[in-house]
Amino acid sequence: MKKGFLAVTFVLALLMVGIGFTHAPAVQAKTIFIGMNIPLTGDIPKVGESSKYAGQMWLEDLNKAGGLKVGGKTYKVKLVIEDNESKADSAVSVATKLITEDGVLAIVGPQSSKQAVPAGEVCNNYKCPMISPWSTNPATTKDRPYVFRGCFLDSFQGPVMANFVTQEFGFKKAAVLYDVASDYPKGLAEFFKKAWEKLHGAGSVVAYESFTTKDTDFSSQLSKIIKSGAQFLFLPQYYNEVPLIVQQAHALGWKKPIVGSDSWGSPETVKLCGKDCYGCFFCTHYAAAGAKGATKAFIDRYKAKYGYVPDDVAALTWDSLHIIQKAIESCGKLTGKIKVDRKAVRDAMAKIKNFQGITGKMTFTEEGDPIKCAVIVKISDKGEYRFYKSVCP
Amino acid sequence: MTYFFQNVINALQWGSFYALIALGYAMVYSILMLFNFAHGDIFMAGSYIGFGVATGLLYLVTSGFFSLPHWLILVLTIIISMFLTSFLGILVERIGYRPLRNAPRASAAITGLMIGIILETGNLALLGARRLGFPSLIMTKTYEMGGVFVTNKKILVVLVSLGLMLALDQFVRKTKWGMAMRAMSYDFVVVPLMGVSIDVIAPLTFAIGSALAAAGGVLYGIAYPVLDPYMGILIGWKAFVAAILGGRGSIMGAALAGFLLGFIEIFVTMIFPSTLRDLIAFSIVLVILTFRPYGFFGKPYSAKLRL
Repeated sequence: MKKGFLAVTFVLALLMVGIGFTHAPAVQAKTIFIGMNIPLTGDIPKVGESSKYAGQMWLEDLNKAGGLKVGGKTYKVKLVIEDNESKADSAVSVATKLITEDGVLAIVGPQSSKQAVPAGEVCNNYKCPMISPWSTNPATTKDRPYVFRGCFLDSFQGPVMANFVTQEFGFKKAAVLYDVASDYPKGLAEFFKKAWEKLHGAGSVVAYESFTTKDTDFSSQLSKIIKSGAQFLFLPQYYNEVPLIVQQAHALGWKKPIVGSDSWGSPETVKLCGKDCYGCFFCTHYAAAGAKGATKAFIDRYKAKYGYVPDDVAALTWDSLHIIQKAIESCGKLTGKIKVDRKAVRDAMAKIKNFQGITGKMTFTEEGDPIKCAVIVKISDKGEYRFYKSVCP
Repeated sequence: MTYFFQNVINALQWGSFYALIALGYAMVYSILMLFNFAHGDIFMAGSYIGFGVATGLLYLVTSGFFSLPHWLILVLTIIISMFLTSFLGILVERIGYRPLRNAPRASAAITGLMIGIILETGNLALLGARRLGFPSLIMTKTYEMGGVFVTNKKILVVLVSLGLMLALDQFVRKTKWGMAMRAMSYDFVVVPLMGVSIDVIAPLTFAIGSALAAAGGVLYGIAYPVLDPYMGILIGWKAFVAAILGGRGSIMGAALAGFLLGFIEIFVTMIFPSTLRDLIAFSIVLVILTFRPYGFFGKPYSAKLRL
C-alpha cells in the first residue's frame, strides 16, 4: 500500500516536471513577445476590450507580412495579453510576471493612471520599455527613462479645458466633481483648478467636491454644487460614473453645461447615459466622426471587424504598438539577450521624431511624453462624438 | 432652507436602499444568529434578475406578443424579481448554511463570504465584465416645489421601500408564520420541539430577506442605472453597519438605522468637504456604538446564547 502510494506520488511529481518543461517560457530567438497589461475585467472592462482588439488587429497585420523584420532577420511576434482587473496591485503583479516569466521585449499598458503609475515603477526598475497609451498623469513617466506614453498629459488637458470654457462661454465660476481615490481624476481636477484660478483668480472654483470609487449616489455633492452658483461642471470621470452623475444632476434641476475629459471617450458613455449627455463637451485624443486618411481606414476596419466605432483607447493603443514596432525595427539587430535588447528598444524609442500616428504627430520629450494636439468633441443630438475644435500646444 | 429639504429628499432615497438591504441581514440574524455576508451579492443578483425580467418583458411588448403600459412592466419586474431571487436565497440557505448549522459560527460566516464571491465571479463569467444599463421603464419626470427638485423615481423608491417595510412588519406581527419566526428568534433550541421546524423557518427567512434585497436591487437599477457584478459589496457592507446600528436582530431597528445612515452620509457632505464623507460618517457611527453597544433596539445578551 505504502509502496503503491509512493509510486503514484513519484509518477505525479515526474509528470509535473514534464509539464513544467514543456510549458516553460522558452527563450526562442525567433519570437518576440510583446506584453499587454490591460483591464479586461474590473471597473472599466470596455477599455480593456478596445485595447485587446487594437492589439489583435496590429498582430494580424504583422502576421500577414510574415513577421517583424529587424536587421535582415524576420521574427515572429506574440502578444501576451494579461488582465490587471483595473486594480493597481494587479497591474504591478502583471507587469512583474510579463517581465520575469514571459520575457517580453516591451509592454503596452496599463491604460489608466491608477495602474500605470505603479506599474511604470516596476518596468523602470526591471529596465523593460513600457508605453502607456492612455495614462495622462505626469507621474507615470516622470524620472523613468524606460516609461513612455502615447497621449498628452493632464497638465496639458487641464488648461485646455479651462481655456476652452472661458473662450466658448465666457464663464467665471467653475464647479469640479471628481473621484478622490483614483489618480487620474484627482490629478486632472487639480490641474484644472490651478489653470482656472490662474485665469479667473483665487476662489473662482466655487465648488470642489469629491467622492470615492464605487459610489453611485452623488446627490449631496451635486446639491452642494448647484447651491454654489457655479456656471458649469467639470467632470473628469470614467464612463461608469459619468452617466449616473449627469442624470442625477439633471434630476436635481441642473441645466448648465457639463464638460469632461478624455476618459469620456468610450462609446459606452453615451450608450449608458442616453439623451442626458447630449450637448456635453469633452477633451480627447481623436474624433471618430469626420476622420480622414489613415485614421479613417483604421476606424472603418475596426468597425467592420468588431461592430462599433473604436474609442480613443483603441486608437492610442494602435499608435503605441506601432511606436514599439518602429523602435524595434530601428534597433538594427536583436542579440537574443533580452536585457540588452530591451535597452536597445528603449534607446530607439526615445529617438523617435515626428511619428505619424492616427491620433496625430508625435515626438517624445526627454520624459517620454509626446508633444501632440488635443481635440474638443461635442456629443451631438444623435449621440455621436463630433469634432468641435483642435487645440495644439 | 430649500437646500436642507433637497438633502432630506436625497437622504430618503439613499437611506431606502440601506434599509431594504439591512432588513435581510437583521432577519437572518434574528433566526440563525449569523450574518449572511452574501446578502450584498444577493442584492446584486436581484438587480441583474430585474434587468433580465425588465428587458424580457420589454422585448415581448415591442415584438407585439401583448401590450402592457410601462408602469405595469415595472410592477411586474419588481414582483417577478422578488419571487425569483427568493429562490436564490433558499438555495443559499440550503447549500451554504444548512450543512453548517452545527458547525462553529466562524465557518458559517466565511461561507457567506464565499457564496458572495461565487455570485460575483459567476456573474462575471456568465455575462462578462461589461456594464449593463438598466432599461428606463418610466420616464424621469422632475417636479419642482419651491426650489426643491423631486423626480418621480425618487418618490417611487421611497414609497415602495416604505410599503415593503410595513408589509414585512405586518407579516411578522400578525401571521402564523411571523409568529413562528419570532418564536424561533426567541429560542432556537426549544421552539423546534414545539413542532416548528427550523428547516422551514430558516429558508422562509432567507426567502423574504432576498426578496426585499431584490426589490431594492430593481429600485436601485431604476435610480442608478449602471449595473456591475461588484455593485453589492460596498452597499452590502454599509447596510451591514446599519443592521448592527439598529440592534442586532431587530428588524425595524435595522430599517430605521438604514435611513439614519443615509441621512448621516448625505448631511455630512452637506456640512463638511465631501472628501471627508465616509471618514466623518463612520466616526459618527463608531461614537453611537460606543454609547449604545447593542445598537438602538438590540437587547444585551448573555453567554447562554449560541455564539
